[in-house]
Amino acid sequence: MITLGHYLVVSGMLFSLGLAGVIARRNIIIVYMCLEMMLSAANLALVGFSRFHLTNGLPDYTAQSLVFFTITVAAAEVAVGLAIIVALFRSKQSVDVESVTKLQG
Amino acid sequence: MPPLLFYLFALITLGFGFLVVTGRNPVTCALALAASFVGLAALFLSLDAYFIGVIQILVYAGAVMVLFLFIIMLLDIKTEEGKKLNLSAIVSGVLLAVLLTLQIIMVAGGTDLASKSVQGTPLALADSATKIGRAALPTITNDLKAGTLPDAKLIGFTLFDQYGFHLQVIGLLLLVGTIGVVVLSKRERSAP
Repeated sequence: MITLGHYLVVSGMLFSLGLAGVIARRNIIIVYMCLEMMLSAANLALVGFSRFHLTNGLPDYTAQSLVFFTITVAAAEVAVGLAIIVALFRSKQSVDVESVTKLQG
Repeated sequence: MPPLLFYLFALITLGFGFLVVTGRNPVTCALALAASFVGLAALFLSLDAYFIGVIQILVYAGAVMVLFLFIIMLLDIKTEEGKKLNLSAIVSGVLLAVLLTLQIIMVAGGTDLASKSVQGTPLALADSATKIGRAALPTITNDLKAGTLPDAKLIGFTLFDQYGFHLQVIGLLLLVGTIGVVVLSKRERSAP
């Protein structure tokens, strides 16, 4: 029997993996990939809640609309973020997060 | 969906996710992320969210991953070799992740909602055709009476019926994003 709890645990583990990656990795592109993973984990939780909160015998489509918005924002964010990474690489010749310390004062 | 398939796809999602976090070569990480998203899309399909599953494959595993690979190959990023690992960051990252996972397992295990199963909450397609109120367009009710779930139509109805303004804001966001990318990637003229 697969319950909502199973989906929530998978979603939570995927989010934790992404969080660990964001904190531990130093390659800025991989940090970005881990951010995408965290967004997708949130989507999984939303779709899970949508399926198990039936309204009139159908899944709750408000949650799935929110997932649609999240995916759109994530796609826009990736495009802008990768453009920033390219600009950063042009000035630093590196994608290491520790090469960017100008704001450290 | 049989439990075995759920565990298989959960394993694909989490296993390739782990490979993204631990991989040394950025191209390996990007391909592992694509595989992880395919597993996630299968989990969406198992939750009767066919539209979201297809969008996940098209947008994430398709467009976003191609963009990542394109940037990795454009910048010609090599495998990180010989660099010493940042031990304190790794320890704190793993510790936070384990704590968060344990917390979510505790919370998800202890509620009534979380113990609902897919078989225990079946969709009532034919019944809902008479109950869905404003969404009762002929194309939606006919699909429901035929016993299929028109979820793309229902999401579309929800979006345009209740969230029309938000949809326009998202459109504006994409426009601003497009302009921002063009401005960012334009090579600056040499400073005077």
